[in-house]
Amino acid sequence: MKSIYLDHAATSPVHPNVIAEMMPVYKEVFGNPSSVHQFGRKARRILDEGRRRIAYGIGANEKEIVFTSGGTEADNLAIIGTARANISKGKHIITTTIEHHATLHAVEYLESQGFEVTYLPVNENGRIHVTDVKDALREDTILVSIMMVNNETGVMQPINEVAELLQGHQAYFHSDIVQAYGLMDINVTSLGVDLMAVSSHKINGPKGIGFLYIREGTILESLQYGGEQERKRRAGTENIPAVKGLQTAVEIIEAERSTYKEKYLHYKELFLQKLKEEEVPFEVNGSEESTIESIVNISFPGMNVETLLTNFDLSGIAASSGSACTAGSVEPSHVLSAMFGSEHPKTTNSVRFSFGFANNEEDIVEAATRVSQVIKRLT
Amino acid sequence: MKDPKDTRVVVGMSGGVDSSVAALLLKEQGYDVVGIFMKNWDDTDEFGVCTATEDYEDVIRVCNQLDIPYFAVNFEKQYWDKVFTYFLDEYKKGRTPNPDVMCNKEIKFKAFMDHAMSLGADYLATGHYAQVRVHEGTYEMLRAVDHNKDQTYFLNQLSQEVLSKVMFPLGHLEKKEVRAIAEEHGLATAKKKDSTGICFIGERNFKEFLSEYLPAQPGNMETLDGEIKGEHDGLMYYTLGQRQGLGIGGAGDPWFVVGKNVADNILYVGQGFHHDALYSDGLIASEASWTRGEVPTKPFKCTAKFRYRQEDSGVTVYPLEDGQWKVMFDEPERAITPGQAVVLYDGEVCLGGATIDTVLKDHEAINYVG
Repeated sequence: MKSIYLDHAATSPVHPNVIAEMMPVYKEVFGNPSSVHQFGRKARRILDEGRRRIAYGIGANEKEIVFTSGGTEADNLAIIGTARANISKGKHIITTTIEHHATLHAVEYLESQGFEVTYLPVNENGRIHVTDVKDALREDTILVSIMMVNNETGVMQPINEVAELLQGHQAYFHSDIVQAYGLMDINVTSLGVDLMAVSSHKINGPKGIGFLYIREGTILESLQYGGEQERKRRAGTENIPAVKGLQTAVEIIEAERSTYKEKYLHYKELFLQKLKEEEVPFEVNGSEESTIESIVNISFPGMNVETLLTNFDLSGIAASSGSACTAGSVEPSHVLSAMFGSEHPKTTNSVRFSFGFANNEEDIVEAATRVSQVIKRLT
Repeated sequence: MKDPKDTRVVVGMSGGVDSSVAALLLKEQGYDVVGIFMKNWDDTDEFGVCTATEDYEDVIRVCNQLDIPYFAVNFEKQYWDKVFTYFLDEYKKGRTPNPDVMCNKEIKFKAFMDHAMSLGADYLATGHYAQVRVHEGTYEMLRAVDHNKDQTYFLNQLSQEVLSKVMFPLGHLEKKEVRAIAEEHGLATAKKKDSTGICFIGERNFKEFLSEYLPAQPGNMETLDGEIKGEHDGLMYYTLGQRQGLGIGGAGDPWFVVGKNVADNILYVGQGFHHDALYSDGLIASEASWTRGEVPTKPFKCTAKFRYRQEDSGVTVYPLEDGQWKVMFDEPERAITPGQAVVLYDGEVCLGGATIDTVLKDHEAINYVG
């Protein structure tokens, strides 16, 4: 039985070109970019080139890019780093109830350290209201952190409007764009954010690397102590092969974004169409028109997410609840709870399917067929 | 019988050595084995680590060694509703519940069995020490070969339907053989200590645990003649026949719990292990379940256990009305405890069991045991 991967929002396969670009770096460039000899310089060139190329793609300058170990570290650095450095300006932070845990647990930590956090609600469509940001904003607000695309539902948030609202306010605006970056054209000037977290492995790059965009002039404290790498904002010897891999992944998505968008939207429609044909009862969670092409979160009435996911896996379909697990068992999703209320059946009967590089049309139809078979058997 | 490779067996894996070896043996026999961890209780140790997370980590390690898929399922709500609520209610009534029997009946071999079947399983296997055989078209549950580890006492409520779908791969092995197999295969859990006590309490102090859920009501410790001997901490902390923790000194034989008066909150105590008040000659039980499916309609002789790891005693069982059963002992029995299970055997076959409600002496109910 062929295994079909529909969990690209969790992580994605590495693009062959990425591997091809990384291999020679692994083999030939082992120097430490901080070293004052030719081996170091060779590595430093790759680091600089990667940084420059990535900055260029989002309309930033290269000094605004800090490489991290991934999305989580980038979110942590953005949130905790700015909170600590700007405590004299206030202790109030605004975020949403549907953030990734990389954000939520970071602000919870800050709460334990005396910061005040306002968690904005979302509506049934999974979107925040910009007016809620306006109402929550205070003179002593120092940071607003709102994700661009939710990882469980794929729903896009009104980042532009929030950025506009924050014009002229002291608060920094951070956005976790981990799920957005692969398909959305990002330009930091038009977007108006001060900080942005990106992960490499969600865009067919290697694991263990990501970056934080930090608008020039943003004051932030480093969370790691050590050498002076990344202009003292992230100590630790740089992962040069991964930088090369991330750079390549970025180049690929920049060239392919519009093709991917079209393709994944087609996959999504095909998948839902097939489920309808099979007469499987389902509902899509989150407003369809404001959902990213690659993600669909589906509620199967009367089902249980643990039973579904286990059955899907035993039928060769890899999907996800999108939510955290404790001891391997699926907890009710905090995102769906925020949308529908914590006792709502959708919090425990919904599955996230996310399409991507590993898929083709045939797989999508086959996956929908197998999903339908499981649902019918369990009905 | 289907070919093993086409036969899916879901193994309930706890992260312990027994269920690890059960999975290993089934895998070696060529079955399509799926390991599933059940999370029934949310608990965090003194270092903030969820104990279930640690156990699930062990399940993952073992399943990866065996190259079988692993999953988890959460039955916290069902466990709370069906097992823990019963557990507390029984203590409130002054009885001594058996949550393991209830867990097997309601969770492992009901909710979990249903879950396994929903995954297309043909069988559910566990690391219990017991055996199943088909005898003249009837499924029978037999004691484990290792009588010292035999767990049929806790499995007494299993029905024909359940027995037709369970596998106990360890039933024919001695515990030390199970350990040896685990070590021989280098299983991650080979040297893991067996869990002791009631699963949700774990290694913690029982009294402390119970006091978190039930208010303790101290009262008098008295002899059956009404002589006050001291104060007890709350009736729920004591069980019949118990010696420890009474704190009554003085001359003569040591003191034992011989009864409880829930209405007046009195703990009855008496001197000597063989105190006459601790002995009875029969009991009335309810909630009976018969492993062979057929409900007896006539009195019959068999052997019985009134608690885990006790030698069998000869008894005669009489069906009463309203689903009640009278069990008369061949010889007087000590410290028969309401709330515990009476489990019946015909030789090696476990016939089923019931919950002890009333203890009898000279055909009269003893009113001082709760």
